[in-house]
Order: sequence, then C-alpha cells, then structure tokens
Amino acid sequence: MNTKLATILLLASATSLAACAKKAPEVLPPPPEPAPTVTQPAPAVQPSGPQVGSQQHFAAAVGSSTTIYFDTDRYNVDSQDAAALQAQAQYFAQYPQVTFTIEGHADERGTREYNLALGERRATAAKNFLVSLGVNANRISVVSYGKERPVALASNEGAWAQNRRAASVIIN
Amino acid sequence: MKPALLAALLLTAAMPATGIAQDLGAPISEDGRVETTATDASAAQAEEGISFTVTDENAWSDIGIAIPAFATDRERPTPANEGGTGALGREVARVITANLRNNGLFKPVGPDSLPQPAFNQITAPAFSTWSGRSAEMLVHGYVRARDDGKLVVGCYLYDVALQDELVREGWVVGPADWRRAAHKCSDLIFSRLTGESPFFDSRIAYIAETGPKDRRVKRLAIMDSDGANHRFLTLGSATALTPRYSPDYSKILYLSYVDGNPRIYVYDIGSGKQTLVSENRNPTIAPRWSPDGRFILYSMAVAGNTDIYRVPATGGASVKLTDNPGIDVGGSYSPDGSKIVFESDRSGSQQCYVMNADGTNQKRISFFGGRCATPEWSPRGDQIAFTRIAGDFNIAVMNTGGGNMRVLTRGWQDEAPTWAPNGRIIQFFRTERNTGRSGIWQVDLTGQNERRLPTPVDASDPAWGPIRP
Repeated sequence: MNTKLATILLLASATSLAACAKKAPEVLPPPPEPAPTVTQPAPAVQPSGPQVGSQQHFAAAVGSSTTIYFDTDRYNVDSQDAAALQAQAQYFAQYPQVTFTIEGHADERGTREYNLALGERRATAAKNFLVSLGVNANRISVVSYGKERPVALASNEGAWAQNRRAASVIIN
Repeated sequence: MKPALLAALLLTAAMPATGIAQDLGAPISEDGRVETTATDASAAQAEEGISFTVTDENAWSDIGIAIPAFATDRERPTPANEGGTGALGREVARVITANLRNNGLFKPVGPDSLPQPAFNQITAPAFSTWSGRSAEMLVHGYVRARDDGKLVVGCYLYDVALQDELVREGWVVGPADWRRAAHKCSDLIFSRLTGESPFFDSRIAYIAETGPKDRRVKRLAIMDSDGANHRFLTLGSATALTPRYSPDYSKILYLSYVDGNPRIYVYDIGSGKQTLVSENRNPTIAPRWSPDGRFILYSMAVAGNTDIYRVPATGGASVKLTDNPGIDVGGSYSPDGSKIVFESDRSGSQQCYVMNADGTNQKRISFFGGRCATPEWSPRGDQIAFTRIAGDFNIAVMNTGGGNMRVLTRGWQDEAPTWAPNGRIIQFFRTERNTGRSGIWQVDLTGQNERRLPTPVDASDPAWGPIRP
C-alpha cells in the first residue's frame, strides 16, 4: 500500500463513518475510466471520500457499474454488463480485503418462486463472470430476492427493466 | 396430537429454546379432532345424496335454505359468547349462513330475518311455518353447555316439502372451537345436498403483507377457511414466503430469510420449534408436502441452477428428482402420491411437466399459448390448477394430460392457486398494478363466485389445508 492510499484511508476513517448504504445513490456518478492496472497509485476517489470497504467507496469508484441489468427472463451477461463487471473486477483486485454479496432480483411480472430461482441464476451469472476475471470466488456471496425487493415501484417496462438486476453490495 | 383442546388453553407457555427461531412468535396449539356425539340418523345418508356435477352448479344455488338461530336447552354462560349459549346459538347460525352464501351455494336465509325455534322444536320442526317462507330446506340446531365447560352443538337438516329429516350430527367442542362446530354443520349440509366432499372445516396458511412496495413486511399467518381465527406466526423481521400446511396440520413448511438467505424451514406448530429442511449452504425454495405427509419436496439452487429434491419429512438424505440446466421448481403430488406436476423453463419458458414420483418419465403437458407456472394437483385428482401467463397472469385449470384448459380469472396478476380440500374451489392471490398491494381471492371451478377473502392486512401465497378431523 502506497502512502497516498494510506492517507486516503486515514482521512476517510477520520471524517466519516457515515451510512453503510445498501442502496445506490439517487443520482449515480458517471462511470469512471477503467484503471489501467491494479498498481496504479490513484484510485478514482476523492481524498476525502468514503472508506474502503464501504458501499459508498465502491460506488464512488465504479459508479453505476455496481449493478448490472437483464432482459426479461434472461440471465446472460451482455456487453454492457461485461463492461460494468470489468470495472467491478478492477476494484476488487485493487482492494483484495473487500468481500461482497451479489443480490439477484427479478421484476414483478413473474411468479414468486420462479423469480427466486431466476434471481439466483442472475446473481450467479454475475459471480461467475467476476470469477472469470480473477476475483476469488470465496469473496463473493450470492443471494436472490426474486421480486420481493424492487427499486423502481411503478408497473411499467421502465420500472421492470430497473428491477431485473444483479447488484454487488459490500458486506465488510 | 390428541390433547389439543387442552393445549389450546395453554397458549401462554414460553417459547421453546431454538437456535434459529429469531422471527417466530409464540407457538399455538396443535390442531385437534372434533369429538362427534352419538346420534342415530346419519347411516343411510350416502345413497340418498343428491349428486350434482360442477356444471349443474346453478341447481344448487336455487335451493332455499332457512337457518334460524340454534336453540339452547337453557341459558348458561360460556367463554364462547358473553351473551351466553342463546346468543352463541344465533352466532352459529350466522356463521353457517355466511359460509353457504359466500361460496355461492344455495340461497341461505339467516337467523336475523327468521323466527327462532324453541328447543323442543329442534327435533320436531313446525314445518308449516317454514313452508310458507319458500324454504325448501331447513336447518335446526342447538347449543348446550356441559358442566365441564365444553359445548355440545347439534345440527339437523330437514326437507320442508317432505317434512322429513335428511341428516343430523352433533359435536363436542371446547368454547374456543365453537366456530368449528358451525363449520362442521356447514359441511354436513353441503355434503348432504350436493354429494360433494366437505371443505368448510379447514384452515389456510398464507403470507400477511404490510408496508410500502419497496419495504414490504411479509409474515407467516394462518386463518380458518372463512377468514376467522386469524393468527400471525412470525414477527416480520425476516421475510417469510410460500407456506404449506402439513396434511395433519401439525407443521408448516415455509421459506424464511431469517439467516439472510432464502431457506425452507419446517415449523412445528405445537412446539414452536423449527428446523431446516436441508442442512447445507444452498438456498432452498418452493416447499411441498406429499399427500401422506411422509415426504417433502423442495427446490434447491446449486451453482445458480435450481432443481427439485425430495427428502423424508423426518429428515435424512435428499433425492434429486430433476437434473436439468433449466429452472425446475415447485411440484405438486397427485393425490395417490404416484406422480408430481412441476414447472420448468427447460424449453425456454415456464411450462408444466409431469413426472413419476421418483423423478422418471418427465413429460411436458402444457402446449397451449402462454406459460404455465405454479401447477397444483387437485385433491380429487382430475384437474391441475396453475398460473397462466399470457400477457396478464390468470388462474386456469386443465386436465392431468394438459387438455381442456380453462381460464377462471381475469385479474392483472393472479397467481399461485391452492385447492379447497374438496377440489371445488380455488384460492389464489391477486396483486394490484403499481401499488403492489395483494389480497387472497377465491373462485369456483366454473369461474363463478369470485370473491376476496377478508384478511386484516394484505395477503398472498394462500395454502389451503385439508379437511380437519
């Protein structure tokens, strides 16, 4: 760990033990440029930003890439998802102490039990992709919430598209 | 489970220690048998039964039935009603009237608009009084408080035109169980007049829902078939889903997130203890009982892929019944236990399949348009109810080969059918568009008599138990 990063850590722990936010910020920051290598000294966070190991730190680093989205009844990782998961993989490579859960979700237009199985399949697809990028499988938990925890509350295509998701959530 | 009536009075007992029961409320009594008192009339009822098929349902509903207040031999106080046994007799008649009316059966007229017979008229009705009221059938009954505090409830069905008794039966119940006597009487009337099996004296496990759509609290709950005697079984700190009553009502299978992951627990109603259906790290969903209660089906995701497993209800090794890269989930046994209908998306979308109980000979049966989900085999064996997804979600039935599909409901999202114990009525839950609010509804096999069940809060995942002993 280089000195700059250590400073960030100190500042972060001194300034804020703020919320262990489990949901994404309301206005998502733009996706960051992928860091070329894991040894790059400057992570994409401000010196006064949130603490490593918090969801805020993760979200500040990868932006909207904390969550990937799926088509109706699908669980494949498309090119947009792949880019997001690559951003996640770089973050997790940079902070190997961080463990996390991938929460799989479905939209409300499915039966309850099938959606639980579908959410599991989506979260596992995201996990497998991250593992293929070098993230140790032991760091990743998977849980499905089916259609039980929507983030978008309307009953229309736009809301359903937001709810068909696999969200990576920092757990330590 | 024989001392259940006593156990009902001991509800304040401390919750037994259990390592995983963080979300459980106080346990409730196990379900008991209603003692039948000796009467001499009911032997010849079967062959005299007026048999109707489901398509003749209108013929039932035309039968006028007068149900005046039940009499009492003498006014006595009872914990069942603060007005005493006389007031209780009126309540019993009201419950019977509501049962028959709410299910579209017959044309019942209740005690509030009828004269009250005296106790000595229960076995000797004043038929002239009732024939003038266009009542074809007449229900009489009485309530008597015994010295030991128990109630004796007698139930008599008369044909007014024939001036003849059709059937009679009596039950001994604890004061807390007085409604069961009313349900038993309802079942006696229903079965005698239709030739069908009874269903009123049964219970429903379901999920009670409160709170906004994105922070819904989902609790395990139970109620009688008419919505009475509602109880919450879990506290709501963990999401509970998809309950199933065991065939003897002693246990409930359900899914809980109490440890953070979706897992199936076997909740013992009498002891308040619960155990995992399968001790491993994988998520388990969609629990089902075999008809004899000896086996449990559950679905388990391993490395993201969900298949159906069977485990003895007493514990032991699980057997994997499906082995397919698609999602195989749910499962419902035929009444004889020989076959299982389940859903799978192995063809690319949710469809219904039948296999032998050992997992062999898996065959798709749904080939109509749309998707087939949450299949449930009728207790009569002849039909399978399911969620049909074709744009909207509707409740439908088909025969066991997948033929003769009939859509019964037209909600925006109706799902998860469960059968009445006699296979004549289906309950399901209906979710409102946008608000996400849900309620339990029922419909009969003709698609008629659709109605919402009264529940204290929103409700989903109804699971109708068998007729009670």
